[in-house]
Amino acid sequence: MAHNVEKDAVTGVDTTGHEWDGIKELNNPLPRWWLWTFYITVIWSIGYWIVYPAWPLVSSYTEGMFGYSSRQEVMDRIAEAKEAQSAYLGKIESASLDEIRNDSELLNFALAGGRSAFAVNCSQCHGQGAQGFVGYPNLNDDEWIWGGKPEEIMQTINFGIRSAHDDTRFSQMPAFGKDGILERPQINAVVEYVLKLSGQEHDAALAGTGQEVFVEQCAACHGENGGGMRELGAPRLSDSIWLYGGDREALRETVTNARYGVMPAWTGRLDEATIKQLAVYVHSLGGGE
Amino acid sequence: MNSTLTANRHTGGAWTMGVLFALGAIVSLLWMAKAPSPEMGFHAFIFFAFFTLGCFALVKRQYDLAGAPAVPTADDDVGYMDGVIRAGAIASTFWGVVGFTVGLVIALQLAFPVLNFDLPWTNFGRLRPLHTSAVIFAFGGNILIMTSFHVVQRTCKARLAGGLAPWFVFWGYQLFIVLAATGYVLGITQGKEYAEPEWYVDLWLTIVWVVYLLVFLGTIWRRREPHIYVANWFYLAFILTIAMLHIVNNLSLPVSLAGAKSYSAFAGVQDALTQWWYGHNAVGFFLTAGFLAIMYYYIPKRAERPVYSYRLSIIHFWALIFLYIWAGPHHLHYTALPDWAQTLGMTFSIMLWMPSWGGMINGLMTLSGAWDKLRTDPVLRMLVTSVAFYGMSTFEGPVMSIKAVNGLSHYTDWTVGHVHSGALGWVGMVSFGALYCVVPILWNRERLYSLRLVGWHFWISTIGIVLYITSMWVSGILQGLMWRAYDTLGFLEYSFVETVEAMHPFYVIRALGGAVFVAGSLVMAYNLYRTMRGDLRDEAPFVGAPVRAPQQGAVAAGE
Repeated sequence: MAHNVEKDAVTGVDTTGHEWDGIKELNNPLPRWWLWTFYITVIWSIGYWIVYPAWPLVSSYTEGMFGYSSRQEVMDRIAEAKEAQSAYLGKIESASLDEIRNDSELLNFALAGGRSAFAVNCSQCHGQGAQGFVGYPNLNDDEWIWGGKPEEIMQTINFGIRSAHDDTRFSQMPAFGKDGILERPQINAVVEYVLKLSGQEHDAALAGTGQEVFVEQCAACHGENGGGMRELGAPRLSDSIWLYGGDREALRETVTNARYGVMPAWTGRLDEATIKQLAVYVHSLGGGE
Repeated sequence: MNSTLTANRHTGGAWTMGVLFALGAIVSLLWMAKAPSPEMGFHAFIFFAFFTLGCFALVKRQYDLAGAPAVPTADDDVGYMDGVIRAGAIASTFWGVVGFTVGLVIALQLAFPVLNFDLPWTNFGRLRPLHTSAVIFAFGGNILIMTSFHVVQRTCKARLAGGLAPWFVFWGYQLFIVLAATGYVLGITQGKEYAEPEWYVDLWLTIVWVVYLLVFLGTIWRRREPHIYVANWFYLAFILTIAMLHIVNNLSLPVSLAGAKSYSAFAGVQDALTQWWYGHNAVGFFLTAGFLAIMYYYIPKRAERPVYSYRLSIIHFWALIFLYIWAGPHHLHYTALPDWAQTLGMTFSIMLWMPSWGGMINGLMTLSGAWDKLRTDPVLRMLVTSVAFYGMSTFEGPVMSIKAVNGLSHYTDWTVGHVHSGALGWVGMVSFGALYCVVPILWNRERLYSLRLVGWHFWISTIGIVLYITSMWVSGILQGLMWRAYDTLGFLEYSFVETVEAMHPFYVIRALGGAVFVAGSLVMAYNLYRTMRGDLRDEAPFVGAPVRAPQQGAVAAGE
C-alpha cells in the first residue's frame, strides 16, 4: 500500500499508507530513549540471571554466582537475631524471676520482650494497655483473682485458667439459679447483700435476708465478708472492681448462670524465656505484688 | 455481503440455537431436582430461566421475521451489527455503577467493621470478590466485548460474523456474571482470587468465550481491508490468552455432577504459581492488552490524528505479549516458590516496563498537533488522562516487582493502591471515554447530551482517584514499616492490631475517594441516559472550538 503514503501536514512525517475507518498511522521510528531503556532493562536482567538463581534445567536450575538461596537468607537472619539476643536469653532462662527483677539490664530486656510478646499474644483479650474488657481482667490494678506475685502470674501464664492443661488453675462457681440451688427471691436477696458488701446503693431489708443466703452458699469461697479467697480463685466482692460487672443486673446473671472464663495455657506455645519476660512485664504494669 | 445467503444461514442458526437452548432448559430442570443444596438449586434455576427465556426470544423472533416484508430491516444482515453494541453499552454502564458501589461498601466496611452486619451474605469476605468480579469482569468485560464488536466492524469494514452468535456472547456473558455474583453472596466459591466461580460457571464461560473468539476471528476473516488494524491485534491477544488462562487455572474435579464443590487439579506451590500466572496475566491481557485496543481506536479517532508510530506499535505489541506471560511469579516473592522462578518473575517484570510504555507513548504522542483539543473536549481529556495513569501504574508495577521493594510493599495497602491507580485511572477512565464516544454514534445522536457534565465527571473521578491512591500509598508504606519495625533489643515494635488501628484514617479517606468516584459514574450514567433518549442540553461549548458531531464509519450504520 506504499503508494498511499502521505506526508502528515502537522509533523511532516510520512504515514504508512494504511487507513482504517479514517485512522492513519505515522511511520515514526522507535524513540531512541525508549529503545535504549528497553535494552538496558534486558541487559540488567541478563546480569541478574548470571548472579542469581534463574533458569530451570531438567532436574535442577542455574544457581547463579554465589549460590544464593532466599531460604538460607531467612535462616541466617533468624540465627543472627537469635544470636544478638542470646546473651540475655541465656541468663533469663537460668535466672529466677526475682534475680531478673533485681538486675537492671536483665529487667530492661525482659520488659521490652514482655511488652512485645504481650502485644502479639495477650492484647487480643486483655487489651493493648492490659486494661481488660468485660470478662477479661484488667492487669493494671492490684486486685488479683489468682495472685499477683511474679511466680503466681507466671503460673497463670504457663498453665492458663480452666484450660485444657492438667495443671491449669481451676474454679467453678455453681449456677445457683440454673441448677435450682436457689429460688429467684433468694437470688434477688443475695444480690442486694453483695451490693451492700461492695458499698453500693441497695435494699437494706432484702440485704438482710441475703446475708443469710450468702453465709450459707457463698461465704465458703468468697469469705464471710466477701473478701475473696485466692487459693480457690474466688474474687473479692467487697470492692468496686468487677470482672463481669457489679450492677444489679450483672450480679443477678452471675449468680443465676455462673461464669466460665477461659485463658489458654501458654507453656509449649511460648518458650520459657518469653513466659518469664511476660510475667515480669505483667507484674510491672502497676498492680504487681 | 450476500444478504439472501446470510439471512438463510441466519435462520438455520436460530433453529440450532433454539434446540440447544431447549435441551439446556431440560438439563437445568433435572439439575434443579437433583441439586444437593438450595444454593445449587437456585443456580440451576437461573440456568433454566436463561434457557427458557432464550427459547421464547428465538421463537418470537422467527414469528416476527415470518411476518415481516422481504426487504432487509432492523437486526438483519445488512451493514454493521450495532444492536448488540448498544446492549453492551447499557450493560457496561449498569455493571460499572454496581461494581463501584460494592467497592465503596467494602471500603466502608474496612473503615467501620460494624457495616459487615454480622450476616454471612454481607460480610467483607463475600462482598470483596463481588466487587472485584463486578468491576473487572462485569464492567471491564462488557466494555471490552462491546468496544471490540464496535472496533472490529469499523476497522474491518465487515459485519460481525456468526449471525446471532454475538447476541449469544452478550447474553451468555451476562448469565456468567449473574451466576458468579449470586454465587459469591451465597457462599459458592473455589477460593481462587479473580477466578472464584465454581466449575459449572467456568464451563459456561468457556463456551461463551470460545463463541466470542470465533465471532471475532470470523469478522476479521471477512474484512474488506488489506491489513489488520493494531487495535484488533490487541483484542485478539486478549481473547485468545484469556481463554487459555481461564481453562488452565480452572482445571478441577467436581465432587459430584449435581453439586457446586470442586477440587483444583493443582496443589501447594504449583497451585499458587498457576493461580498467579493466571492472575497477573488477567491484568496483562484483560486489563492491559484489551484496553490498549480501546486506546488504539478511540484516541486517534477522537483526536482526529494519525497514530504516532506504526513501528512502535508492532514492537511494543510483541514485546508486551512475549514478556507479560512470565511476570506472574512476582506475586510470590519470598514464598515457597523456588528462587529461580522468583528471579524470572522479577526480571521479566522489569523488562516489561518499556513495552508497556510503548502503548503510552503511542497514545500520548498521537495527540501531537491536537493538544489544544484537551481544552475543549473533556472526552479526549479523559482518554489521555487514562493513558497517563496507565504510564504511572506500569512504572509502579515493575518497581514493586523488585524483591527488595516487594519485601516492603507485599500484603500491604500499597498493592491495593497500585491496582486502583490502574483500575480507576487507566481502565476506568479509558472505558468512560470509550462510552462517551460510542453512545452518540450508536444512538445516532448529533453529540452527547452534555459535554459540561463530562467535564464534571472528569474532575470528580480524578479527585476520587487521587484521594484513593495517595491514601493507600501512605497507609501501605506505613503498614509495611510497622510490620517490620523492631526495637533496639530486637523485639517487634507493634502488634498486628496496632497496625490495623493505624490504617483507620486512611481507610476513611479511601472510602471518601471511592464515594467521589461512584458519584462521577452516576453523572456519567445520567449523561449517557439522556444522550440515548436523544436530549441535547442547551449549554455553552468549551471555549475555543464548537462542539463537533462524532465521525460516522465508512460504511453506513445499517440499523
